[in-house]
Amino acid sequence: MIDLDKEKAARPSIKERFHTWMEGEQDLYIGELEMRPPKNAPGCGRSDIPESETGKAGKASKRGEGDVLQDIRFRNSRGNLGEISFTDEKESGRLRSQIPETLINMVESTDRLTPAGRRPLKIAFDRAYPVLATVMCIAIVVLLLVTVSWMPPFGSADNPTSNEVAQRYIEQGLTETGAVNIVSGMILDYRAFDTLGESNVLFIATIAVMILMRVDSKEEKEKLSREEEIYTDEKTLEPKNDVIIKTVAFLLVPMLFIFGIYIILCGHLGPGGGFSGGAVIGASLILYANAFGFQRMGKLFTAKTYKVISFCALGFYALAKSYSFFTGANELESIISTGVPGRILSAGLILPLNICVGLVVACTMYSFYVLFRKGGY
Amino acid sequence: MTLNQFLQNLPFFSIMIALISGVVCSVLPGRAAKRVNAGVIVTVAALSAVTLVYTLRTGTYFVYTMGHFPAPWGNEIRAGVLEALTALMFCIVMLLSLMGGYHKLDEEVEQSKVNYYYVLVNLLLTSLLALIYTNDLFTAYVFVEINTIAACGLIMIRQIGRTIEAAVRYMIMNLLGSGLLLLGICMMYGITGHLLMSNIQESVAQLAASGEYHVPLLVSIALMCVGLAIKSALFPFHTWLPDAYGYSTISSAAILSSLVSKGYIFLLIKIIYRVVGYEVFQETHIVNVFFVFGLAGMIFGSLNAIRENDVRRMIAFSSIAQIGYIYMGIGLGSEAGMIAALFHIFSHSASKALVFISTIGMTDMSGYSRKFIRLTGAAYRNVIAGIGFTVASLSMVGVPLFAGFISKLLFAQAGVSNSEGKLLPTMIVLAVSTILNAIYYLKTVIRIYVPSGIKDEPRTVWGANRCYTAAIIGFVVLNFTLGIFSQPFVDMITEGLSMFA
Repeated sequence: MIDLDKEKAARPSIKERFHTWMEGEQDLYIGELEMRPPKNAPGCGRSDIPESETGKAGKASKRGEGDVLQDIRFRNSRGNLGEISFTDEKESGRLRSQIPETLINMVESTDRLTPAGRRPLKIAFDRAYPVLATVMCIAIVVLLLVTVSWMPPFGSADNPTSNEVAQRYIEQGLTETGAVNIVSGMILDYRAFDTLGESNVLFIATIAVMILMRVDSKEEKEKLSREEEIYTDEKTLEPKNDVIIKTVAFLLVPMLFIFGIYIILCGHLGPGGGFSGGAVIGASLILYANAFGFQRMGKLFTAKTYKVISFCALGFYALAKSYSFFTGANELESIISTGVPGRILSAGLILPLNICVGLVVACTMYSFYVLFRKGGY
Repeated sequence: MTLNQFLQNLPFFSIMIALISGVVCSVLPGRAAKRVNAGVIVTVAALSAVTLVYTLRTGTYFVYTMGHFPAPWGNEIRAGVLEALTALMFCIVMLLSLMGGYHKLDEEVEQSKVNYYYVLVNLLLTSLLALIYTNDLFTAYVFVEINTIAACGLIMIRQIGRTIEAAVRYMIMNLLGSGLLLLGICMMYGITGHLLMSNIQESVAQLAASGEYHVPLLVSIALMCVGLAIKSALFPFHTWLPDAYGYSTISSAAILSSLVSKGYIFLLIKIIYRVVGYEVFQETHIVNVFFVFGLAGMIFGSLNAIRENDVRRMIAFSSIAQIGYIYMGIGLGSEAGMIAALFHIFSHSASKALVFISTIGMTDMSGYSRKFIRLTGAAYRNVIAGIGFTVASLSMVGVPLFAGFISKLLFAQAGVSNSEGKLLPTMIVLAVSTILNAIYYLKTVIRIYVPSGIKDEPRTVWGANRCYTAAIIGFVVLNFTLGIFSQPFVDMITEGLSMFA
């Protein structure tokens, strides 16, 4: 390895560099890293690698990635980088699928971290970067402020935004959608396609968080529950048996729940709707989980609950709205009537859609909390 | 209801089928989700093909009201030849990309999370279709959000350190882009009072003629353009790209590079034609900015690819150069340039996805190493992947008979007919960039056909992975179709573009 360093420092001739590039052994230039490994990570320092020749058979049972890294042997500097040998057969079976790329990349990328490779231009750029970034940000802030000063004044009657679109929403919204709350009528009837997309944003966000955080493999789960035991002893992760929180939650959770349901159900009659009511219910679920622990919460709300609720809510939303779009666009008779404005069962699809949106929002909030807290329900 | 009326429902059906299947996949086991997903993509492709034939027959676009309320009050979608053609191409490329990556998906994604992958893909398809068909600026923004989150999930579903890092980077840069786009849309709404594209265009034409709200109009257009440029990785905003394409599972890389960034470019073209209006957009001189950065991207993307020693990252950097081509075409500021850019969207998605898919076959046969040196002789170890890579490379470089040649020819023709002094830069950079492309692609082709000298190497058995082989053959056929029978495609794009405005 040290010889290689010297080679780099000596700057080989153009012909040699072309040949090495053509064969792909070394970069034409010594490139900068996209991601630097953390400074104190095992295997990052150059001195760790030769040690690997001695082998670490004794530690086979409790090896982390760093130890495995040390098993990566450099047969020679020409090409055969990252020949891997495992002392433990089981271990190798489990890790082989992940290790070749990640760790070899990591080891090989440390090769490129030589100070000799940092060209003066690059250093100058690194220093100038924060200054330039600040100047750029200030320039954009000034630009946007200037632009805002040219915008039409807020709330003025002859703004471009107060045109026939808003006029129809306000004047005919009640008769056309049957919703006393014009906002509900707008988002769930006039522009229901946008809101359908928006509720799918919540859904896909939960799916993405599940992919990122949910713990599925048995080993990881065991590790997690062991950690949890340690932490609950120290009363850091879950403040169990906290009288104040328990009492407050005992009083508040039912009220919050009912209040949330009220907001959802009356979304078409007054201020409220699925998004706000769902957020209230989600908050009450989180409060309950905090006070009484996840174990009790697990009886009420599991991953399956989330799946079923979101599937039913979004499926119903999409199907109901498809029917409504289809009849609307083809000017067919629709069985959905607007009813008598002001009654609880009125405004056509707005009430059921509000319920769907509320369920999705509540589940999304609680799922985010649980997934970030402990990686599973 | 007559048949013609019924056929106008097809774009709406395709969006809804994709959306509902996304929700359905979340409760299905992995294998069933995979089947549903494949079925949905085939269905949507068929629907798009019928729509394409229908619009070609009628020779005009049609507008479809989403709901009971006509356009400025409710939502609406609009379909013409260009929209239908893009939807069809996107579906084909998406299906082939997935087919080429099924075997890797089982290895690289946790079993219990496989169905989520198809949820993401289905919703990604929904958002792409909605971006293609929508006639409402705010609907476009909503589906841009879905697109961003789905793409982020596609990157990080393979859970290794670098994909998480890439996903974080992707999220930061793309949310910046989304934020700027949203700011631009808000300003546009503030000064025009509309969200429907055709209504905005009318108001913008009036504002531009009277000179009222000149500054907000200009800034709003600029913000939307910059936002979408960041999201589609135009040159100075490309830093999120190499890791995102280089380390994610192979289907994701293929889909991201060939579809997601193209969806944003399609939206940008839509904004140029249908929101701002082409004449007004020309007067803002943003085309020149696109032109310059497109040219810079063509050079610097290729230079970075040459320096790269990791074959997947090399391909990722090549994407930056190709995005540069598209922006250069838009920046030429002529109809010919736009046609070339649109054709390049298709040809690049056909060949870039093929490069990714064929690379994985070769790296898998080279000890899972992506290092260049380990690929020596890989084309003998996996014959079909080697053929695929060669075809895609030749297409990327722009050899006649392949798709890439036609787009380069169209770019050159558009450059020649340009009268604003963009002729010389276009030609010079096009030539230099082609040479640079040739350097790194042909270097790789030579490398994979150099015998490694090791006897009794493991080889893939012919027909061992039928899905993968079929995907590569499909892509090769697609490349040759675009390259040899290009004229019908160019005609369709020309006709679609005239309907588009």
